[in-house]
Amino acid sequence: MDRRRFLMTSGAGLMAALAGNGVAFAAAPTEKRFVFIFLRGGLDGLHALAPYADADYRRLRPRIALERDAVIDLDGYFGLHTAMEGLMPLVRAGELAFVPAAATGYRERSHFDAQNMLENGSGVPYGARDGWLNRAILGLNAGDRRLGLSLGPTVPLILQGQADVQSWSNDTLPDVDADFLTRVAGLYQQDPAFADAFHDAQGAIMPDVDMAGMNGQIGAARNFPLSAQAVAALLAEAAGPRVAVMDLQGWDTHFAQPVRLRDLLRLLSEGLVALREGLGPVWRDTVVMVGSEFGRTAAENGNNGTDHGTGGLAMLAGGAVNGGRILGDWPGLSARALFEERDVLAVNAYESLFKSVLIDHLGLGAAYVEGAVFPNARGIAPMSGLLRV
Amino acid sequence: MRDIATFTALTRFGLGAAPDDEAAVDTAGGPQPWLLAQIARSPQTPAPLAGFRASADILAGIWRARAAEGRDAEREAMRQAYRGDYRPELRARGLYLAQAPDSFTERMVLFWSNHFTVSSARRAIGAAIAAYEREAIRPHVFGRFSDMLRAVVRHPVMLVYLDNTGSVGPNSRVGRRRIARTGAETTLNENLAREVLELHTVGVHAGYDQEDVIALAQVLSGWSHGGQRRRDAPEAVHGGFEFIPAFHEPGAKTILGVRYDEDGEDEGLRVLDDLARHPATAMHLATKLVRHFVADDPPEDDVRRIAAVFTDSGGDLAAVSRAVIDLRSAWATPLGKVKSPQDYVISANRAAAMDDVPQRDLIQPMGLLGQETFAAPSPQGWGDTARDWLTPEALMTRIEWARRFAATWPAGRNPAEVLDATVGPVASAALHQAVARAPSGDAAIALILVSPEFQRR
Repeated sequence: MDRRRFLMTSGAGLMAALAGNGVAFAAAPTEKRFVFIFLRGGLDGLHALAPYADADYRRLRPRIALERDAVIDLDGYFGLHTAMEGLMPLVRAGELAFVPAAATGYRERSHFDAQNMLENGSGVPYGARDGWLNRAILGLNAGDRRLGLSLGPTVPLILQGQADVQSWSNDTLPDVDADFLTRVAGLYQQDPAFADAFHDAQGAIMPDVDMAGMNGQIGAARNFPLSAQAVAALLAEAAGPRVAVMDLQGWDTHFAQPVRLRDLLRLLSEGLVALREGLGPVWRDTVVMVGSEFGRTAAENGNNGTDHGTGGLAMLAGGAVNGGRILGDWPGLSARALFEERDVLAVNAYESLFKSVLIDHLGLGAAYVEGAVFPNARGIAPMSGLLRV
Repeated sequence: MRDIATFTALTRFGLGAAPDDEAAVDTAGGPQPWLLAQIARSPQTPAPLAGFRASADILAGIWRARAAEGRDAEREAMRQAYRGDYRPELRARGLYLAQAPDSFTERMVLFWSNHFTVSSARRAIGAAIAAYEREAIRPHVFGRFSDMLRAVVRHPVMLVYLDNTGSVGPNSRVGRRRIARTGAETTLNENLAREVLELHTVGVHAGYDQEDVIALAQVLSGWSHGGQRRRDAPEAVHGGFEFIPAFHEPGAKTILGVRYDEDGEDEGLRVLDDLARHPATAMHLATKLVRHFVADDPPEDDVRRIAAVFTDSGGDLAAVSRAVIDLRSAWATPLGKVKSPQDYVISANRAAAMDDVPQRDLIQPMGLLGQETFAAPSPQGWGDTARDWLTPEALMTRIEWARRFAATWPAGRNPAEVLDATVGPVASAALHQAVARAPSGDAAIALILVSPEFQRR
């Protein structure tokens, strides 16, 4: 039995016990939804969205370049990896945009630092102790409603900070029975801090997802489509969270990249489709951004893999996205165009995508975003034309 | 349990009552003498942890594999170290925490270990983290803070965690060469320097600036370990601290207004010693200690008193610990703090008093409840207030875990006795009544474990 049903079916005793501790939910400050999917490890953008028609691409990757029949052509130059074929309905509906050659301002090669910098939003690794998405939530409603959602027991840095956030986990613990919870409620009556937290937990919306299908930790890559179902169910609720962060790990493909990415890209694609299906009518008001801490080397290495690089790929999906297109600039893969003679030059800034989502989609004031969310990125303008506004 | 003072000693200052604890308090002559005697007895590595390998051996094994045979061999050596060194020690440490007689000492180990956080998110050093705590933290919890600071900042695990091994002075021999080759602006990495100032010593409000951070990074450039040695000499690789002169930024540096002449490795030791005795360090550490043992909002008088003892004793953590035990406010507000997930799980296991505990009831629940051991999300370590831990989801997970855990207790434990032995002196009428009316023995024990009295300290 889930907790939500418990709330509806529990006896009068519990309701009475909780009555004195009601925590009123303020109305949500926005109907818009935003999901950030963090591909940790460094996605090889050239393998997901391959410039398959580029001779330099084949020159740099004699063994792992995607052949014509391994991609779905998008514009005669770029093709989508066939493992993501499930995304083609979104492409055709204009709900999916690709931004190649994209990255944050980070130019070194440490996962740890690059992820920290992407998440803290200060423009340098460790430049802030909270996450930019948490600061954005503070700007939406001063943090008095828990608008943010993370999966698993630990909140990622991007969502950490002054604004409380919700978390959802498939912890493998059995639910407890209603009788026991009624007794617990009695114990908490005299302790407001415990009573409030308990009350909120009872009111928490539980997604109607078949947990039996989840194998092990919620963060495991194989569980990503099911996690996406859960996120969609929670975000779809009128009183639910508005902003969610999902992690998908395993992208550090120094070796055996073709096999590993085929599986991961399929999982990512299934997760995006699950979000679209689960969000239903709310999909119209949704932006999902898929990003990674950096891209990978333009050339393959000796192990059928690629190494840490710079310019990578961002994807934006959702009914609010002006998609079906490849956005931003593309520097090409000629020897002259590469960064430090090895990486795709990052000509499209992640920060410009983030800013567009915050200002044009979630409705945050530009001044607040410049001052509090990305204080050191004033020179980077929000990407225009990203959304259907 | 006899009185609130005993509860305070065992729970607020310790890790919760285990069956023999109350008798030990009596034998020692009361709650305060019981605590003070632990300070006098330390430092010793507890027997269950004494047999584990030194970090230098663990790391040397991994680094030699890399130097001699390459990345695949390194990965395999790392896997073996996680399996053979890290996980067994993690388990032994958990069991020891669940049984330790000197639980105030263990609280101090956990406190300082969190103050000087490192994380297994850095896979390269993860296998040696338990050893790091055993070597750099534990011996110094009642010693000099300056010694702990030196031990921590010189430890390969910290040097890797905060990226100092790749930090090269731009005017050092290697730095000049690298800049000429790559055109990079700097070769310095400021992470360790910044965290030493902001988190480990003077704190963020001490009035230092970016120039101080850079100067400290220059001072610490060259502080590295023996895994950096050349591939052509794998036998020279070792797992301990090593100062690399060719990385060290030459020249005098000024930090917090004090000038340090060029002195190679000793320069850093002098700076660390000065930072350890800086008045801002005393205030920063006192604030954290009072928050940990007294209240989420540390009373100013208490903070000033602890800072004064820190300064007057030259950073003697035995004197500081005695002063913390001496704080009247710590004894006057028995349920002011909420236990962290780690301390909650440990205290529930101490109350259970079982000889052997499966992983799923000792190590795993800490992670389920949001505090996986040695995996704090940032160098700041875990939070230390109710706000960090008393969230709706976390509370519900505690309730679910406690309900299941209580069902594993040996049948025949008398809930009324468990109530008395754990939270007796502070138990509310409501808790007594709930336990008396519980539908089963394990439900009664679960109610004790989820009560505010048991989750607080």
